[in-house]
Amino acid sequence: MAKAKKLSEFRVERDEEKCIKCQVCVRMCANDVHTYDPETDTVRADSFKCVGCHFCEDLCPTAAITIEYNPTQTKENAHWKRESIYDIVKQARTGGILLTGMGNDQAYKNYFDHLVLNASQVTNPSIDPLREPMELRIHLGRKPDKIDCRLQMTEEGRKKYQIRTRIPPQLELEVPILFTAMSFGSISLNACKSLAKAACKFGTYWNTGEGGLHRDLYPYAHRAIVQVASGRFGVNEEYLERAAAIEIKIGQGAKPGIGGHLPGEKVSEEISHTRMIPIGTDALSPAPHHDIYSIEDLKQLIFALKEATRYTKPVGVKIAAVHNVAPIASGIVRAGADFVAIDGIRGGTGAAPTIIRNNVGIPIELAIAAVDQRLREEGIRNQVSLIAAGGFRSSADVTKGIALGADAVYIGTAALIALGCHVCQKCYTGKCNWGIATQDPYLTKRLNPEIGAEHAGNLLRAWSLEIKEMMGGMGINVIDSLRGNREQLRALGLNEVELRLLGLKHAGEAW
Amino acid sequence: MLKNSMRAKRIIIREEYCMGCRLCEVYCITQHSKSKDIMKCYRGEEPRPVSRIYFEEKGPISFALQCRHCDDAPCLYACLTGAMYKDKKTGRILHNADKCVGCWMCIMVCPYGVIRPDFEKKKIASKCDLCVEAEFPACVEHCPNEAIILVDEEGNRMKKD
Amino acid sequence: MSSPNIYQSCRKEDKEYHIPSGCGISGIMNRQGKVFSGEAIYHSICNMTERGNGLGSGFAAYGIYPEFKDCCCFHIMYETALAQQNTEEYLKKVFNLKHSEPIPTEKVTRLKFIPLLWRYFAQVKEEVLKTHQEKLSEEDFIMKCVMDINEKVSNAFVFSSGKNMGIFKGVGNPDEIGEFYRIPEYQGYIWTAHNRFPTNTVGWWGGAHPFGILDWSVVHNGEISSYGTNRHYLENFGYHCTLFTDTEVMTYLFDLLVRRHHLDFEVVGNILAAPFWSQIERIEDEQTREFLKTLRIIYGSALVNGPFAVIVANAKYMVGLNDRIKLRPLVAASKSDFLYIASEEAAIRKICPNADKVWMPKAGEPTIGKLGH
Repeated sequence: MAKAKKLSEFRVERDEEKCIKCQVCVRMCANDVHTYDPETDTVRADSFKCVGCHFCEDLCPTAAITIEYNPTQTKENAHWKRESIYDIVKQARTGGILLTGMGNDQAYKNYFDHLVLNASQVTNPSIDPLREPMELRIHLGRKPDKIDCRLQMTEEGRKKYQIRTRIPPQLELEVPILFTAMSFGSISLNACKSLAKAACKFGTYWNTGEGGLHRDLYPYAHRAIVQVASGRFGVNEEYLERAAAIEIKIGQGAKPGIGGHLPGEKVSEEISHTRMIPIGTDALSPAPHHDIYSIEDLKQLIFALKEATRYTKPVGVKIAAVHNVAPIASGIVRAGADFVAIDGIRGGTGAAPTIIRNNVGIPIELAIAAVDQRLREEGIRNQVSLIAAGGFRSSADVTKGIALGADAVYIGTAALIALGCHVCQKCYTGKCNWGIATQDPYLTKRLNPEIGAEHAGNLLRAWSLEIKEMMGGMGINVIDSLRGNREQLRALGLNEVELRLLGLKHAGEAW
Repeated sequence: MLKNSMRAKRIIIREEYCMGCRLCEVYCITQHSKSKDIMKCYRGEEPRPVSRIYFEEKGPISFALQCRHCDDAPCLYACLTGAMYKDKKTGRILHNADKCVGCWMCIMVCPYGVIRPDFEKKKIASKCDLCVEAEFPACVEHCPNEAIILVDEEGNRMKKD
Repeated sequence: MSSPNIYQSCRKEDKEYHIPSGCGISGIMNRQGKVFSGEAIYHSICNMTERGNGLGSGFAAYGIYPEFKDCCCFHIMYETALAQQNTEEYLKKVFNLKHSEPIPTEKVTRLKFIPLLWRYFAQVKEEVLKTHQEKLSEEDFIMKCVMDINEKVSNAFVFSSGKNMGIFKGVGNPDEIGEFYRIPEYQGYIWTAHNRFPTNTVGWWGGAHPFGILDWSVVHNGEISSYGTNRHYLENFGYHCTLFTDTEVMTYLFDLLVRRHHLDFEVVGNILAAPFWSQIERIEDEQTREFLKTLRIIYGSALVNGPFAVIVANAKYMVGLNDRIKLRPLVAASKSDFLYIASEEAAIRKICPNADKVWMPKAGEPTIGKLGH
């Protein structure tokens, strides 16, 4: 049989009128799309190799390049779309699992897009965040049910209270947004640095993922949440000591039930050192933790980590949002976790089997609602912090997530987009032209962490300003009053079951 | 605010962020062309100026270098005609093409190798003038990764706008 | 009494909505516990008629039932005789009823939808408390009974359940409701009153204010924008909001913080109307700074956001509190043993023209009247 070609997803269009043959595109494309032919003095493009990262387009000094979606279509078929056909072509050729990067790109119902927010009119004054204080500060960590305090009188006869309740360690955030777990390995050190710097500057936290803590990141470790995942890469005493908090990673939204695999080619000297594995060996994170086969095992690990850090740091647990997420989260809280992070089906990844990423898990919106409600029913919601992750695209998504019941939101993809990512989903190839998802020294230097930190910080700033505007409109001047405040949300076009699960009224219904 | 031409400043190279795209050359050439327009300069202007910025690379390390405007510049001593001179106010080393006889001694003595013979215009040497005519050095302005930056006399970073 | 059908439809609607409303509130306390007639509060609240629209008024009075001061007094409204029968059966199972009677009323022709109004003086049967599975305190048990009746017995609503106190309320102007319940005839040492301006049509008498549970009574002017957060927070502690009113949430928060968490009213003020982080950071005394910070960390979800002015009372206290940026009016005054708190100075001047001191309490700063001080 004749061999079918792989799908050319994009077309690289070059406007010959504009091309000055400076060859910036030739030098810059890691996928070797562009080539210069000195004989004919022309620059050519091989569209088959293009991943649609738009790096050449953004750098071309004369805007001569346009990356277009390739309109080529197989015969119209509602069931057999061209992607399905070409996936099979690929598999027929390779016999392997298809890989992908970033979050789920399927057209599943997006609940965020079916939620609308409230604003005050007449009966309740809206608040102008430009003129009045608007507080976004939150504290993540375990909270006691009540405070025990003793009244003392000062010599001047003023009242003073002495706290008699032990307050567990808290993370203080100036904005309810954290950078989610992305390891040094899955992303470049410059990408880690960018996010770490931005987190420190803005008063929030970044997450090491399972990549260990590179020594260049020590200056930002006081705002790092360090992960202890199934491979235990990079976990040592110093790692735990330097961190602000510890997160036990059980699962990830992009690949629930699946481990991780950093190919040996990427395990450079720096990564080897940071992860504490030999150079060039595959870094395999097992699917489960092999010392956690049950909730009581998890409890042991939580307390082992708390003991190791003498109860000075919050220890949380991250899970993927799966069908049983609410009871699992409740078990995690009862096992002693100080915060629970839940990653929905749209959560990103550096590499995952496409079939898993696209088909396993549930949307974060439903997971937040289910977990928040379950914990309330059990009377323990107030004791623990809930971080939601998985596909938060804008400040509106964050606001809606918090109103549904999350304390804070992890952002990953959005943060990477701020660093240049164009969501081409080719992170797993290690050829990220933007210098993010790569360890290639030719490519990693393309991400200047000064610029990266500024852009990531700008994103946090912009979103926090927008959140303040939305809160002000609702007549709320502190983010605590938005948490789980589902009265401020209304659904648009959701059915009865969805309304019940989300605990929402439909738009048009009053209080 | 002092005009570009009035201020002492230096270009700093940060090779760790140089991507090797060589856009600095493209914009250097454009800036020193007659039209100062990228399309006109590249598509038809003859002779096309030479780049005054020098791109070097070996493996993943790359950088683009231009005249360092040395405090104690060897090219000044080497110049027979005084074509190469120091602007007292700003400390820049500038080159007066009218006086240049093309002996290229400056090229011989430059420790950085950042003066280039201009074969098109014959005889004349060409070097970085920190874009005296522009508001901001073109290579700094257009470096997409801020691998080339400009600092003032106190070493403070200067940004356009 | 009007047709039960209209009544029923009104009631259902009220229960399912969280109704924004503007209001007038007033409170008077004699700090020595000397009783005085309800005439003063009647005139005070009637001097703020423009703050209401005739769709709800009410009074709370403390010290009015000295002859039954050890009994819990239930004020209950029924819409059918069957509801009364069911409720009384329920009560008799767990309480010793010392006395029961219809609440004395005057005929006021303009009032509509008047339910059957009864009061019961009752004590919890000791054996019931002993045998009850979850070792509840007497108060928690009474609260549970009130929530049980209100949730499960249809057409019955307990609107007052404290000792030696009572709440009187209904749909009408304050003068009408005051006249109807013969308020000036009672003698109490704390009086609070409410005049309501709901923004929808209200027919159900239970929806009027004050709202009360045990000996708490709350009159409230405001719209709580943190309602969803507060309601969900309270669920962690077993409070289920059935009325969906802001006042209900406010009452439960006071009950939780004062009765169950044993916090005093200054602290409660710092929780419900918490100071801003920037204010806390400016405090010099480290212990106080840490204390306020800790309160915000633990009780962030109990912070009441949005405009409110509230007067809350129990057997020993009358406390006025504003939201953290004082978006609703609240004035206080004192004259000898009397403390006055009201939405408007006019409501105080009307009954106390020569106050020793009149002041505007600051945002989030509770005005506290304590018995015996």
